[in-house]
Amino acid sequence: MARIDPYAIYSLWLREMIRFFRLKSRVVGSLAPPFFFLAILGVGFRSTMVVPEGVNYIDFLAPGIIGMTLLFSATFGGLSMLWDREFGFLREIMVAPVSRLSIVLGRTAGGVTTAVMQGVIILVPGILMGLKITGLGGFLLSLVFMVLIATTFNSLGLAFASRMKDMSGFSLIMNFMVFPVFLLSGALFPVENLPPWLRILSYLDPLTYGVDGLRASLVGVSAFPLVLDLAVLAACCAGSLALGAYLFEISDVE
Amino acid sequence: MNEAAIAASGLTMRFDGFTAVDKVDLHIEKGELFGLLGPNGAGKSTIIKMLTTMIRPTDGSALVWGHDIGRERDAVRSSIGVVFQDPSVDSQLTGRENLDFHGRMYGMDARLRQKRIEDVLDLVDLAEKADVLLEDYSGGMQRRLEIARGLMHHPDVLFLDEPTLGLDAQTRRYIWEYIQNMNRSEGVTVVITTHYMEEADYLCDRVAIIDRGRIVALDSPKNLKDLIGADLVVLEVGDGHLDDLAGLLSDFDWVVSAEASGDAVALRVDHGESRIPEIVLTASRAGVKIRSVSMHEPTLEDVFLEFTGKKMRDADTGGGGGKLAAVQSRMRTRRH
Ligand SMILES: Nc1ncnc2c1ncn2[C@@H]1O[C@H](COP(=O)(O)OP(=O)(O)OP(=O)(O)O)[C@@H](O)[C@H]1O
Ligand SMILES: [Mg+2]
Repeated sequence: MARIDPYAIYSLWLREMIRFFRLKSRVVGSLAPPFFFLAILGVGFRSTMVVPEGVNYIDFLAPGIIGMTLLFSATFGGLSMLWDREFGFLREIMVAPVSRLSIVLGRTAGGVTTAVMQGVIILVPGILMGLKITGLGGFLLSLVFMVLIATTFNSLGLAFASRMKDMSGFSLIMNFMVFPVFLLSGALFPVENLPPWLRILSYLDPLTYGVDGLRASLVGVSAFPLVLDLAVLAACCAGSLALGAYLFEISDVE
Repeated sequence: MNEAAIAASGLTMRFDGFTAVDKVDLHIEKGELFGLLGPNGAGKSTIIKMLTTMIRPTDGSALVWGHDIGRERDAVRSSIGVVFQDPSVDSQLTGRENLDFHGRMYGMDARLRQKRIEDVLDLVDLAEKADVLLEDYSGGMQRRLEIARGLMHHPDVLFLDEPTLGLDAQTRRYIWEYIQNMNRSEGVTVVITTHYMEEADYLCDRVAIIDRGRIVALDSPKNLKDLIGADLVVLEVGDGHLDDLAGLLSDFDWVVSAEASGDAVALRVDHGESRIPEIVLTASRAGVKIRSVSMHEPTLEDVFLEFTGKKMRDADTGGGGGKLAAVQSRMRTRRH
């Protein structure tokens, strides 16, 4: 059953691309919050925020906001299976002679691509506001982190969607998973500013390593060694992908 | 190899104690246009979902085009096309994009896809709407697109779950034509569910009548109606002794049965049209005033009634209201 159909994966990916570029208002809508975070927090907290010595707040904030964009967009992408189930298109996908694994990979490829595109777009206002990127190598490395972050949360979204019967769980996930994950990740302020008991939760949050890795690669500042960020995030990514694929495999269409 | 298109035995589906499909056996020939006819909740869609691998049966087994629905799900899926009862299109994509997606999922290369898309769009008269978003299609157009899609990858067996539900009479006619065409010209085996009797009667080579998860009758529409045999004649009576009239009439040897109820008498009569004068005469001799006489040849509705003792709940009644239904259902017990 673990057959991989590249053509089907491509087909599912292409569908996401067509939908992404067609629904321009949705794209603008989903880019607005990170843009406001960046523009308003970046200016508002510039002088008061305690960030590591010698770091501009915008340099600190922009990678965090990119992490946030990826988190929201990817989780949403994973959960969008709920819409396909609601509107019946999931049946069209499931009745095709395509392995469940290929379906997961195709959806994930689509969701990750759209999330990473949004993450990259958010770099632009960041740079306009004074973000200084270390160089091309750093940018390419940050793309690796973006893909890992997006895959992790897309798969978690898919895992949840596979366990839910209807749309009612959607806001539950958004409010009780996505927001804590975002706020604890150190996207807005250094994790070291938190009291020790909260800091433990931060260390359990995959996005903490994602944001730290983005900072390391984009601006060369980080709390952990880059290799640690990469290793932890890759492990989370593999784990959640496996979980999503497994839960999708055993889920019912109806 | 001359095996059946579909061979199911003991197919059963239970939903927490409730038996939706109860030990169904089916044998559908290759090339056949086969109908599952039954009222709401009879279990038609559940049978389709099991045969198309969308749900696993609680019990029993089935081969679709020679492949086991439990163990060879991918092989079953490659052999079939399905139009589900509920919409299953992406409304953010155009008609062509929906079909293109479908073709890729079935491993069709670009040239074949393009050709088939033109073919099937022509077949359902949607060529001009190919590049319109599905959300801007009417219900009937969406349905036609789904039928086209089900056909696009040349399935061996096409399942259509209530393809004409909720469509206007004209669109339904069109769709009947498409279904018949592709069955004849493309040689596709078709399994269609419906709760419209005329649809089953008009389209199907053979019909299985389903009630409460069981097949209660299975044959060609003609043979099923011949089981009923006699025509149904209903006299609406102004006043007089209905029971006496019913008694008088049942003495004729061409009257299969006669039953009085309310202000009507229902008869089963061989060659009804030639007997009406004599019926009217008998009534006036008995001093019973007749307000109207109606007659119809047996329909699948009557067959359903015969086998289940009730009317198809929301099927078209085709004239005659509750009163007639009451007479009819009582008549059943007196047959032969
Ligand atoms: N997932 C489910 N869980 C519980 N009961 C179900 C489920 N699916 C179907 N049923 C029940 O099984 C019975 C048969 O349903 P089914 O959808 O097969 O009927 P149908 O013949 O297709 O009816 P319709 O003409 O309304 O489409 C119904 O009583 C329905 O309530
Ligand atoms: Mg149904």
